[in-house]
Amino acid sequence: MTTLYTTDHEWLRIDGDIATIGVTDYAQSQLGDVVFVELPKVGSKLTKAAAVAVVESVKAASDVYAPITGEVTEVNEELVADPALVNSDAGGKAWFFKIRIADKSELDGLMDEAAYKAHTG
Amino acid sequence: MLAREPESLKRVPLHDLHVARGGKMVPFAGYDMPVQYAAGVLKEHLHTRSRAGLFDVSHMGQIALRPKSGRVEDAALALERLVPQDILGIVPNRQRYALFTNDSGGILDDLMVANFGDHLFLVVNAACKAQDEAHLRKHLSGDCDIEPLIDRALIALQGPKAEGVLAHFAPTVASMTFMDAGPQTITVNGNPLACFVSRSGYTGEDGFEISIPAGDAELLATALLDHPDVLPIGLGARDSLRLEAGLCLYGHDIDETTTPVEAALEWSIQKIRRSGGERAGGFPGADVILSQLQTGASRRRVGLRPEGRAPVRENAPLFADSMSTAQIGKITSGGFGPSLNAPVAMGYLPKPQSPGAKGVAEMSFAEVRGQKLLLKLSAMPFVANTYKR
Repeated sequence: MTTLYTTDHEWLRIDGDIATIGVTDYAQSQLGDVVFVELPKVGSKLTKAAAVAVVESVKAASDVYAPITGEVTEVNEELVADPALVNSDAGGKAWFFKIRIADKSELDGLMDEAAYKAHTG
Repeated sequence: MLAREPESLKRVPLHDLHVARGGKMVPFAGYDMPVQYAAGVLKEHLHTRSRAGLFDVSHMGQIALRPKSGRVEDAALALERLVPQDILGIVPNRQRYALFTNDSGGILDDLMVANFGDHLFLVVNAACKAQDEAHLRKHLSGDCDIEPLIDRALIALQGPKAEGVLAHFAPTVASMTFMDAGPQTITVNGNPLACFVSRSGYTGEDGFEISIPAGDAELLATALLDHPDVLPIGLGARDSLRLEAGLCLYGHDIDETTTPVEAALEWSIQKIRRSGGERAGGFPGADVILSQLQTGASRRRVGLRPEGRAPVRENAPLFADSMSTAQIGKITSGGFGPSLNAPVAMGYLPKPQSPGAKGVAEMSFAEVRGQKLLLKLSAMPFVANTYKR
């Protein structure tokens, strides 16, 4: 499995034609204590760069953008019930949603881990 | 991502202490201020409610109003020309919440006024302090010397452990009750520090606000923070604490377009300044405010509890029902209340004035990201205050 990153501090774990998407540990450290997460609906079609989920801390709301185009196949209901997972395990249990990748060439514009580290460094 | 602070940002006397303790510094009212520390807003909020938090509010304005006659009563009567409160009735070593009003009955700023025996001591909002000072000079210069105390810091110690911690350095503060205020010597490592202490704050908790010479601020702040019950608290938690306490934030919940009656601050206007009182009126906007005190206003600031978990934030439009497109009000402060573990908000809603009409509707809807979320009317404070009366 490959993990890719966006400049908006999201990660994508690619498994065949399914991408699991979450926000990075760097993102959660900037957001602070997460108290609310809103996810897209299963079956909804996401367009790259559209605001599709929301993550809110005590003090502010932030959008999560679709890093690529595709259809939502699964969302993390556990995260909705326990938004603090974003702070405790951003790269693991706090995945947001999975999408079926519409166009694999969209992955070409994303960063690998080394490039992302340089981006946040 | 981490933009450098613009050169023009002013620094408070405790700036280096904030940075050294991991404060995340942000611009606020022209100052470089800590919005949070390493613990984060949620833990800082809960720590203040369970133990004690130290807040730096040195960006706020501190002003001495000294009567030219030497009689503090003359300064009090002069200030009553600008505020609808009973200032003459503030006895020495007490303070009171007050409002600068404008000619249309709106609020120019909210402030604290203390009687220090031979002069009045005012604490005003950071963003308003220059205009407040000009306002005082314009209207009161004949009767008072207006002295901004720019060489003093202001720190607040708030929470159930505040009394025990501060009494260690100044035993007499333990006998103060809510809204007592006056000079106090706080002794740190054998150094007597000339402070003004009030038993008040902006969190809903018992606690103190301490005005201290700028050069002594770090000595006191460090001593207080050395206590295991005390954590430094940033502006983020200060905001969530005051919101749960139902307290207004100037420029958001109250401003030049909201009257004290619309803002549900009638309690701050004593009988003696109302119609029929001994010193009724005589402040800017008195015609509007005195009339609204008798007949009410057509809208009112209220507490609102969103159903569900989604925070409803400032400027969210309010509607009477889920299908309506006609906006009836808006949220002026909203967010997540850590002590309630739920979203909380305040905003303005219509209050029908016809005889026999009910008050503000029990239910309303806020539009958030295209969805209408149900809000229930709630009494304020949302979290009971623990002032020492």
